[in-house]
Amino acid sequence: MIRTQLDQVALNVVDLHKQFSINEALKGVSFTANRGEVVALLGDNGAGKSTLVNCIAGKLEPSHGEIQINGRAQVFSSPSMAQASGIAVVYQDLALVKEMTVVENLFLNNEIKHRNVILNRLGWLDKKAMLKHGQKLLQRLTNMAIDLNMPVSKLSIGQQQVVALIRAVNVGADIIVMDEPTTALGNEQYNHVAELIRLLSSQGVTILLVSHNLVQVKALCDRAVVLFQGQSVADVSVSECNEMELLALINGVMQDETSVRLACEYAR
Amino acid sequence: MKPIASLTAQTLVYYAFVLTMMVFAFVLGDSGFFSSENMLNIVRQTAPIVIMAIGFNFALSVGLLDLSMGAVVALSGLVAAMLLPNYDITFSVLASLTIGAAIGALNGILTVRLAIPSLIITLGSLIFLSGFVRYISGLESIPILNQSFLKLFGSGDLLGIPTLLWWVLCVSLGVYIVFQNLQFGRHLLAIGANADAAYAMGINKNKVRVMAMSLSGLCAAFAGLLYAGRMQSARYTMGESELLTVIAAVAIGGSSIFGGQVSIWGTVFGVWLIGMLNNGLILSGFSSNAQMMVKGIILIVAVSITVKARKL
Repeated sequence: MIRTQLDQVALNVVDLHKQFSINEALKGVSFTANRGEVVALLGDNGAGKSTLVNCIAGKLEPSHGEIQINGRAQVFSSPSMAQASGIAVVYQDLALVKEMTVVENLFLNNEIKHRNVILNRLGWLDKKAMLKHGQKLLQRLTNMAIDLNMPVSKLSIGQQQVVALIRAVNVGADIIVMDEPTTALGNEQYNHVAELIRLLSSQGVTILLVSHNLVQVKALCDRAVVLFQGQSVADVSVSECNEMELLALINGVMQDETSVRLACEYAR
Repeated sequence: MKPIASLTAQTLVYYAFVLTMMVFAFVLGDSGFFSSENMLNIVRQTAPIVIMAIGFNFALSVGLLDLSMGAVVALSGLVAAMLLPNYDITFSVLASLTIGAAIGALNGILTVRLAIPSLIITLGSLIFLSGFVRYISGLESIPILNQSFLKLFGSGDLLGIPTLLWWVLCVSLGVYIVFQNLQFGRHLLAIGANADAAYAMGINKNKVRVMAMSLSGLCAAFAGLLYAGRMQSARYTMGESELLTVIAAVAIGGSSIFGGQVSIWGTVFGVWLIGMLNNGLILSGFSSNAQMMVKGIILIVAVSITVKARKL
């Protein structure tokens, strides 16, 4: 990755607020994510992570504040609008249609249509082209053996995770939000997913990782943004702090650097 | 275990079809059951029901139900019968079909907007329309004398094959292609199987659901035209009692009553199977009461097999 590219801001969230009928789930969240960066979104339950993810995904409209993609402010009123701006979300439940095959899922709402003009207008599917393209994608991105014609319900959870990620790449996303991606995975399956995350980031894809697993955050992420009670309270370089310090931030113990150190020493 | 079970759910209808034929062949022997005349008769009689059942698949595919079909059939037939004496056939037919599609769309919009189960919404419109067709027809049959209409939708034939069979084959093939080869079909099934996933991928689930319900209404209206064509008249009772046949046929045909899975040819054979059972039972001397009992048993057996196949 060239240095100048790394410095380009891909996602800029500015003072985001979200008011639900009685409570304010987001009370001012700001952070940036550069191209090719893997940024962890940390926070306790109820800190506002899901609300933030849903705002970025276009499922919720923020009450106040801005989401800028590549320097331009965007307003998303539906997931398809977020998708059009290059954002893809890999939800915890993966949002795969389990009854459908891998290739059908990879191209869901992104189908390759027949070249013939009339058939194209009708929305006639080019199944061969989708298989071919899907095979190429798999070969490029993972060494996991996945049968494209297999129903997703028959894949392991790790394979499903990889399929969901590859689908995000396939819709042309350059910002991928992953919600608790590695929670349910065994060791080997985790390694496959981690490898894919690193590969994507090296290709300039920005990845936002919502996670509880601080060991994995340390291993995978460049930076961590911490939410506490609906606010972004810290933005730290992961390599410069240990799990204890991250934990202190998540628990809202202290929010400036010296106090964090003190808190951690106290915790030890 | 799973492949065998799902194979059973999908192919059950074909086995049942062949088995039933064999049983009747044995029991009825040379009583005329196997004459081509009798077979064509079954095909003619069931043609409107096949079209209804195929329409029902559109609703099912997105995880909804359309009970209003039962009354849309009668409404469409009555509208055509009332318009034909004064307007040309194209206008009358288009008017009937449009009304059917519009009622379907309205059902869809109400279901989506009010977030009330489609079962309730379409039950309401079924009851409303049942009343409405009684009102506009004054409980009278309306005869149809327009010869081109009767040939096109009733007694005519093309290349020695009844037009009713042509319609069944063309509509089935068309809808089969929609589900197998078109983007729209994929989106229908994706919504039926996992609406949240479809929405997350940017599919406009409400719009697609309304379209599915509209197509279901369109099919019901078309079935009404075939009914009217075959009976050479329209009556407010048309289609009313066929809703149960439709549900039984679709269930035994291998479509999932929970959405996300349809089987078009299975549906066609499901209707034919029930038609054949009715016909064979009559020839064997059973009453229509026996037919209903058989239908009920079929429904329960078919659905329990489908459910089992899904759980495994």
